[in-house]
Amino acid sequence: MRPTPRLVIYAALLLALALVPLAADLTGNRFYVTLANRAVILALAAISLNLIMGYGGMISFGHAAYLGIGGYSVGVLAEHGIDNGWLQFGLAIGASALFAFLTGLVALRSRGVYFIMISLAVAQIAYFAAVGAYRYGGDDGLTIFSDSRFVPWLRLGDSVTFYYLCLAVLLVALILTNRLVNARFGFVLRGIAANETRLRALGVPVFRHRLAAFTLAGALCGLAGALLANFADFVSPSMMDWTRSGDLIVMVVLGGVGTLMGPVLGAVAFVVLEQELSNLMEHWRLLFGPLLVIVVLAGNRGLDGLLGGRRNG
Amino acid sequence: MILALEQILNGAQLGLMLFLLAAGLTLVFGIMNLVNLAHGSLYMMGAYFAVTLIDWTGSFVLGALLALPAVLLLGIAVEVICLRRLYARSHLDQLLATFGLLLFFNDLVLVIWGKAGRTIALPGWLRTSVEILPGVPYSAYRLLVIAAGLVVALGLWFTISRTRIGMRIRAGASDREITGALGIDVASLFSLVFGVGAMLAGLAGILNAPILTVQSGMGERILVIALVVTVLGGIGSVRGAFVAALSIGLLDTLARAFLPDLLKVVLPASAAQTAGAAAGSMIIYLLMVITLAVRPQGLFPVRAR
Repeated sequence: MRPTPRLVIYAALLLALALVPLAADLTGNRFYVTLANRAVILALAAISLNLIMGYGGMISFGHAAYLGIGGYSVGVLAEHGIDNGWLQFGLAIGASALFAFLTGLVALRSRGVYFIMISLAVAQIAYFAAVGAYRYGGDDGLTIFSDSRFVPWLRLGDSVTFYYLCLAVLLVALILTNRLVNARFGFVLRGIAANETRLRALGVPVFRHRLAAFTLAGALCGLAGALLANFADFVSPSMMDWTRSGDLIVMVVLGGVGTLMGPVLGAVAFVVLEQELSNLMEHWRLLFGPLLVIVVLAGNRGLDGLLGGRRNG
Repeated sequence: MILALEQILNGAQLGLMLFLLAAGLTLVFGIMNLVNLAHGSLYMMGAYFAVTLIDWTGSFVLGALLALPAVLLLGIAVEVICLRRLYARSHLDQLLATFGLLLFFNDLVLVIWGKAGRTIALPGWLRTSVEILPGVPYSAYRLLVIAAGLVVALGLWFTISRTRIGMRIRAGASDREITGALGIDVASLFSLVFGVGAMLAGLAGILNAPILTVQSGMGERILVIALVVTVLGGIGSVRGAFVAALSIGLLDTLARAFLPDLLKVVLPASAAQTAGAAAGSMIIYLLMVITLAVRPQGLFPVRAR
């Protein structure tokens, strides 16, 4: 692989993320770690959305539901005094995968705008389920008093330890995504997005491939949700608000749809922009909103496109 | 029984408000093939314009009437400046750009009108209640809202099915290219349709303003339900939007009103209140998922997509 400027920038981005705690120590500004941690967890969720949206052509407008399901899995178990991380994260991944599987069974029979609307409606059901969960705080949400516990030497309560755990998960997810999209499964998925009829004619079981990708993405986003719950020590229905799903789409498109590193770049850019613009002015969305419109009108290749990357490359 | 009648009227009122939003959505969706997430923002802007104009004029009726052309102009401006560039784009592009507009408008009203929610005081003659049946009082203003909604629905039906401009709109909805080829100025038609759709959304916002609190983000929840209504009724079908809007409005209101009482049988009172209201909201989305699973093109499909 020739070291193009784009690859250098991506390597530098990952290196920079790895060095954030060190920089925070040197400058004495612990806030950097919090900020970077949020970006890393959201990047994980964006990667999972990109898997189905970027490579599979399935625009899910309810992806934040999986963040919520993963988060509530941790929160509800913690509320009942179960802080075993394996159990909590196992439930988060399992419940999200199951929810995605069932959603997919119904939603994946439709295409285009109907798929968008069904995924939105299903996410709204999950949102209102959380609002109605009186035992777990309803609208007010649920505070989590104990961190997930895996092994004695891994303390998630320590912000730097937790940050590196999230970063490690992100790296593993990137490596696995890269292998997946360049394997037969990934080629079939991209083929379906590009020309479904042709793949069908070739005898590819289209529905099963789409359902598998959709379930996998749900599971990955559930994992991100479990991490997010540990990060915030709090879960609430607002994690699943449909505008949060919109945010995830923004991250993916901002970074570059259907590219490996696009979602990471997009999530980091989103968190940094949010931080910087809100420092600049209270009503930062006054700038951010038009920025999105410009990104779309300018051709929608995202930051990855600016760096010379090619879609699905 | 009295409570049921009251709730049915409330449901009809919600349904008609949903129809005002969904009518614009479904036309824009059907004719320009545009998914517009900023439609809820136009609803919100209608309410804010009403706040200011009622304040300036000192008259509820005058202010509310003046707010209508204001939203119409805003809608046309948004279409000309931004949205017309999106018609040929993918749904993903449209979602993203209109989401950007939504964020913009949400913060714009915070800058102009401030953080605190606004309320509109009704004039005295609307603050009374009317006896709809002997011994059954109902808010006069809510009755007015229902009447206004029905009149607009009727007017819309007449315009679309009985006038020349309506014919063009229907032609545009069923085949955009051929309509253009027949010499219809499609670009102006689109601007007009979008502007009228915006005005209808604004009207819903204006009418709801005295009942709700006018605040940033007020359009978001109702927008999602209106999207549900649009897809459920069949994209591009105003008749479908009307049927779906009334059904959803009634179902949502009745479920919220009566589910908590039903749940009180098995749950403690406060839990039943929370769970019942949430379950009422879940039902309409469940209905949509089931309907679309069975009839993927909605209830009244305009054409095969």
